[in-house]
Amino acid sequence: MSDQKSFSFVLVGVGGQGTLLASNILAEVGLAAGYDVKKSEVHGMAQRGGSVASHVRWDAEKVFSPLVGLGEADILLSFEKMEALRFSEFLRRGGTAVVNDQAIVPVTVSSGSAVYPGDEHLQRVFGALDATVVMVPGEKLALEAGTVKAANVVLLGAVSRLLPLPEATWWECLAQRVPKKFLDLNRVAFASGRAAVQLK
Amino acid sequence: MKRVLSGNEAIARGAWEAGVHVAAAYPGTPSTEILEELSRFPHVYCEWSTNEKVAVDVAVGAAYAGRRAIACMKHVGLNVAADSFFYASFTGAEAGLVVVSADDPAMHSSQNEQDNRRFAQFTRVPCLEPSDSQECKDFTIAAFDLSEKFDTPVLLRTTTRTNHSSTPVELGERNDVAPKREKFPRDPAKYVMIPANARKRHPVVEQRLRDIAAWAEKAPVNRIEWRNRNVGVVTAGIAYQYAREVLPTASVLKLGMVNPVPEQLIRTFAAGVKRLIVLEELDPVLEEHIRLLGISCEGKSIFPLCGEFDPTVVRRAASGAGLPVDRPPVPAAALGLPELPARPPVLCAGCPHRGVFQLLSKKKVPVTGDIGCYTLGLLPPLSAIHTCGCMGAGIGVAHGAAKAGIGERMVAVIGDSTFYHTGLPALANVAYNNSNILTIILDNRITAMTGHQQNPGTGLTLQHESAEVIELEPLVRALGIHHVVTVDAYDVDGLETAYRELMAHNEPAVLVARRECALLPEIRKRWVPLEVVEEKCTGCAICFRIGCPAILKSDEIDAKSGKPLALIDGDLCTGCEVCAQLCPHDAILTRDQVREAQEHQPASCSTPTSEGN
Repeated sequence: MSDQKSFSFVLVGVGGQGTLLASNILAEVGLAAGYDVKKSEVHGMAQRGGSVASHVRWDAEKVFSPLVGLGEADILLSFEKMEALRFSEFLRRGGTAVVNDQAIVPVTVSSGSAVYPGDEHLQRVFGALDATVVMVPGEKLALEAGTVKAANVVLLGAVSRLLPLPEATWWECLAQRVPKKFLDLNRVAFASGRAAVQLK
Repeated sequence: MKRVLSGNEAIARGAWEAGVHVAAAYPGTPSTEILEELSRFPHVYCEWSTNEKVAVDVAVGAAYAGRRAIACMKHVGLNVAADSFFYASFTGAEAGLVVVSADDPAMHSSQNEQDNRRFAQFTRVPCLEPSDSQECKDFTIAAFDLSEKFDTPVLLRTTTRTNHSSTPVELGERNDVAPKREKFPRDPAKYVMIPANARKRHPVVEQRLRDIAAWAEKAPVNRIEWRNRNVGVVTAGIAYQYAREVLPTASVLKLGMVNPVPEQLIRTFAAGVKRLIVLEELDPVLEEHIRLLGISCEGKSIFPLCGEFDPTVVRRAASGAGLPVDRPPVPAAALGLPELPARPPVLCAGCPHRGVFQLLSKKKVPVTGDIGCYTLGLLPPLSAIHTCGCMGAGIGVAHGAAKAGIGERMVAVIGDSTFYHTGLPALANVAYNNSNILTIILDNRITAMTGHQQNPGTGLTLQHESAEVIELEPLVRALGIHHVVTVDAYDVDGLETAYRELMAHNEPAVLVARRECALLPEIRKRWVPLEVVEEKCTGCAICFRIGCPAILKSDEIDAKSGKPLALIDGDLCTGCEVCAQLCPHDAILTRDQVREAQEHQPASCSTPTSEGN
């Protein structure tokens, strides 16, 4: 992706997982790196444990639509396994899905009216898009860093590995967004996410 | 300096830079963050008003007093404020008066879709519509200037996508606009809308609209971007971004002012292109106007009338109409997606409304709902809400059904903030006209759905000053309602006892179910996740039927029943104990029992509590 002029990201998960903070940081990183940026998200009722998605776009010249169209995302960053499937149509052919290896079972499943899909679907669906799937043990790495709440920073670390920006740019934007007393913890979380991605 | 701001943050910034003195709003998605952001700036008085009509009146009063003022609301809020918005159009003001309407195409968080550019036409008020955060800021400032130049309120119409998208914004300094008056104006011909005065104001208002239309011809907010002239697109707001994205070679007439429209500019543009397209979300407002000019154009024959646009929607429609799109639309990918379980929003674990809906579900009574988190009580397995129209509607609907002689006792549920908003006059009506409905006020001590805003029951203002708490019980009694009972919303038996007692009367009754929202920061510190005792659980599934996201099905199966046991998610459970009270086998430990069990365990095995989350 090193010669690419524009990047589109779709970040998805379950309300309360910290997708908003991650998309804020992603937009600020783009701006700091000299791109025009736009970010879009949904607030309100969906935040009560529902599916949430936010869109981030960078362009070396100009971003018009704040929303990413179907089949246009370079990177789908999913904070939850099933949500990666739900929003898979946003990923472009040959794009990358960065997926947190965590299942959050919705009430429709726990009440017995639906079944949570197996992992084989991830490989099959993204395989049909010739996409690369990067599974990240976000919860585990965040816990190792000090708190499960840092999973969003772990995932940003993983995404950072896929983009042609110096690590310092990420770190400067992150440092402005997280409370001072958690700086070291987040540094560890970010680094562990970054290290979790093996580039081909 | 450039910063990435949401549209709402940019409107707040614009109002501040424009020297606004007074800002009033009622929270409502997607508008809420405007006042939250503005309240952090110095030298601005900001308040959560009790409803949108009051907010507009507050802004009007400030503008009559010669200070720049703004009122912000979601689209349906302007329905509530419509009465005030109309008279304000007739009177004008002494200083800039801006009303923000945040429309919600696709109804991300709303009960109906509506296009409030119609309100601008209806009230003869100029309407600006920004297409990104920079314009949100610039147009807010322009709106104040326009308001003062033409002595009119100005409607700033946004949509969810501009409110909740973030784009870079160049920041400016505050223009400390001096108050226009020392004293309140005594000008009855302008400000006292008795018929004799109002009749004289109407022609003034109509002339004002013509003057603004003439000004709009040269206003910098409207501009033609000439590119290829085979196709010309007239567009406004967020739709402009999709026009540029999907039809990059087309000429564009971008209207920053959508009422009144610049007729000459439209004629010039139309004459300069071969095919004239109107790209606008929701209603064909611009399209109708252009047709009235006798110019033929295409709009809703190509693009959808309902819902929100995005690049995919616009590209598919434009491509189907033979317009020069940037790339062919992506065919619906044959990905072989399995059927995915829905993940609807749910009442949170520990939600104090759950116990009430559990009771109402069991009683199988008809329940008229209202607008707030508790609307989610409609979802299975509780399925305990049967109507939901708009803010404050539930009580009146229950009363009407009762007066119609329906053979069931009606129950209305309403949240604390919604009750102060428009529930109060409806309950006064119940008392006055004497129906036997039971009104349950779900008092979680905050405006929860929109993200924990203060209200008249919380004892704090928007700017965190202490306030009188308007106590619900004396208020309700003062209406003449004699049967009023308050219960802890987590007390399952207490709720049922109160319900029975109140339903025994054939008169108006009010049950206040009180308990703070479990997500409030100070309440989170007190969470104690409960635990299931596997030996006692029989898999009877009673606890599954309260729709709590913290109660999961275990992989363990009960040997006798063959059904899965219950399992509590320690990260989600707050320890409200509603499930523990309902469990017939005492298989769920209470908070005290959990603490006791932990004391007897070695430290390494103790479950971490949510302390510090």
